[in-house]
Amino acid sequence: MKEHYTLPQDRPIGPSLIIELSCRIMIPFIQLFALYVIAHGHYSPGGGFQGGVLLGAAYILMAIAFDQKTSMRFFPLRVNTALAGTGVLIYTGTGIACALLGGLFLDYSALAPLIPLGPVEWRSMGIFIVEVGVGLAVMSIMVSLFWDLASGGKLDRGL
Amino acid sequence: MSFLNLHMYTLAAPLVGAMLLFAVGRFGRRLVTPLVFAALSLSLAASVLVFLEVLTAGPFSYTVGNWEAPYGIELVVDHLGSLMNLLIASVALTACVSSLRRSSAELPERRHQFFTLYLILIAGLHGLALTGDAFNLYVLLEITSITTYGLIALGKGRAPLSSFNYIVMGSIGACFYLLGIGYLYILTGTLNMADLHRIIPLLDGRGAALATAFAFLMVGLWIKMAFFPLHVWLPNAYTDMPDGAAVLIAPLMTKVTVFLMIRVMFSIFSPVYEFIQHVAVQQIIVGVAAVGIVCASAMALGQKDLRRMLTYIIISEVGYMVGGLWLANAKGMTGAILHIVNDALMTLCLFLAAAAIAHRTGALGFERLGGLYRRMPLTMAAFTVGALSMIGVPPTCGFFSKWYLLLGGIEAGQWLYVGALLFSSLVNAVLFFRIIEIAYFRTPAEDGPVHEPGKGPRREAPQALLQPLVVTAAALIGVGLATGPLVERVIRFALPVGY
Amino acid sequence: MEAILSEIIAKYNYWIYVVLMMIGFYAMIGKSNLVKKLIGMNIFQTAIILMFISAGVKKGGGIPILDKQAVLERGVEAASIVNPLPHVLMLTAIVVSVSVTGVALAILQRIHGLYGSLEEDEILEKIDR
Repeated sequence: MKEHYTLPQDRPIGPSLIIELSCRIMIPFIQLFALYVIAHGHYSPGGGFQGGVLLGAAYILMAIAFDQKTSMRFFPLRVNTALAGTGVLIYTGTGIACALLGGLFLDYSALAPLIPLGPVEWRSMGIFIVEVGVGLAVMSIMVSLFWDLASGGKLDRGL
Repeated sequence: MSFLNLHMYTLAAPLVGAMLLFAVGRFGRRLVTPLVFAALSLSLAASVLVFLEVLTAGPFSYTVGNWEAPYGIELVVDHLGSLMNLLIASVALTACVSSLRRSSAELPERRHQFFTLYLILIAGLHGLALTGDAFNLYVLLEITSITTYGLIALGKGRAPLSSFNYIVMGSIGACFYLLGIGYLYILTGTLNMADLHRIIPLLDGRGAALATAFAFLMVGLWIKMAFFPLHVWLPNAYTDMPDGAAVLIAPLMTKVTVFLMIRVMFSIFSPVYEFIQHVAVQQIIVGVAAVGIVCASAMALGQKDLRRMLTYIIISEVGYMVGGLWLANAKGMTGAILHIVNDALMTLCLFLAAAAIAHRTGALGFERLGGLYRRMPLTMAAFTVGALSMIGVPPTCGFFSKWYLLLGGIEAGQWLYVGALLFSSLVNAVLFFRIIEIAYFRTPAEDGPVHEPGKGPRREAPQALLQPLVVTAAALIGVGLATGPLVERVIRFALPVGY
Repeated sequence: MEAILSEIIAKYNYWIYVVLMMIGFYAMIGKSNLVKKLIGMNIFQTAIILMFISAGVKKGGGIPILDKQAVLERGVEAASIVNPLPHVLMLTAIVVSVSVTGVALAILQRIHGLYGSLEEDEILEKIDR
């Protein structure tokens, strides 16, 4: 394939202390808030998708503020791929586990024999498990979408 | 494993397979073949059992997550749905044998990604066959479409552009469908198909809004299935995609969308709404279908590439099915539903043959096909069976569905449609006999990469490409001979109430 | 005239969605730049999302989160909360739209890599040659 992406060889603006420092401070809080949103999805506004997007945004911010390589060092490609698959597997696996334990697909109350919690609590817990899976998958997909598109599929420097 | 959830495994097996494949990634290339096989075999076994269950015990409905039906998502496993499920599973398993072999030649580096998409597509198709919820249908339709965009873009040459055009058209179609759902939701306050079916006749004085909703739903699905004036995206997209994907997508995508149209027409709306309250529309659609059949057949005549010719035949077959459904009599509908099954198998047979030929000749231009009967006799024999079925020669299955469609057309007095069917059969005969003539009488092209004198005259395609092809050709005749029981025991129950 | 105006103003949300949808549709069909087509597609999808969301709005309706104690005492007052279902549906539609946009952008990058252009007529010219 012919090379048509003329990415700037040396960035016109060098590393900016203000941007990098503020990102350093913000990223942990964004991630913390994302975890809060995922963890509260089953009984208040929030959920796996929203939290996953926030988690992904943290890594995307890292890739914009520093360099795509930096963000890929903190979140290796292999981990990303594995997490995306695992996220969906958690979701489908929960559904299949419910089915195998004698309930309907995704009927979380059927999981009650695993940990004695009672069907109503398990319904709440089941949504939480599924939300975690969704969050992982959405985070990985969002980040890898950005990486792929920003680097033209080569996963090198990025924007 | 309880029997209750059996149909969910048809959907879950390919999905889990896809995710395992994706997670294992490029480190487990050896795992691709066994994983794909295991997932699809499991799916086929489950769908056979579900099909038998429905035949003996009748249709049943299922609520995902045990939430009651109008609020939760309902799955409906009826005769038609389980038939489609079985069709999808068997076509997928047959096609994957060929895809596995062909993709290792076409896309050796990206096999696991290719098959991740492939399995998600199959899971989405199974979901479409089962769902009983109008919005769920939209989501699954988009899942199948997005994976199809990706699979098409993996092809060579112009494929990315074709895929992009398909994305634009497909998104318009999906958005129209979504708009239709929006109107229905505003009118009725529900998304469950059975609930919609119950509420829609009670909506008095909302005829305009309801008609808008119906029009949006229909046009959306017609774009997705490439019904005649809305077909422009299909030929390029289906010609350019990799062979491994074509053997799955070409037989299934358009047919499953026709099945979705049946769902919208008879499970959400009712025959009374379409055929009695709006007779003029019915007449127009049958007319458009007839024009579409004629135009697509005529355009197929102008093609000089086997795959491209087949894509135009697909468009004309869509015209058969849409026209047959809108004939508004039992024979026409029976023929259309039977033709969904038959056309999927015929298209599968022809595309498998095309993949096998492309594997040996490198391209599918007519000039490359010379002398194929001597070089690949088994492949070409199977191709001939598929061709005869497309033309409609008994005892292949294509004859029987076409017969039902013709009878339906005569009964409804739609002579334009009957004429179009006959014209299209004639054109198919011309098309395929032209290919058979080239492949039988002409000598192979000199410049072809095939002509390696040391290897002898006979070079059949590899076993992995040949076996599914032969199985499909046998199935064409088998299904043809089993038409009687199929209509009596399955399709009769799939017709809407009152037919 | 007044009747038409009041009709438009009474259902202005639907008129906005229709206008937005037509803009998107025009961009998808009329523009020859592929990125503009993609932008049109996004506008089109956003218009539909707006339509669904506005269908769920109620005058004076609050967020659909119920207080357990209040529900046990007084039951659910459906008029005081907006309909949450359209929001949930549109969350799914947004996911679909994100995926389609992602796939389309990736394909556009491949097209740009292959042909060095994103104008449809230029690409077709290069293919014909």
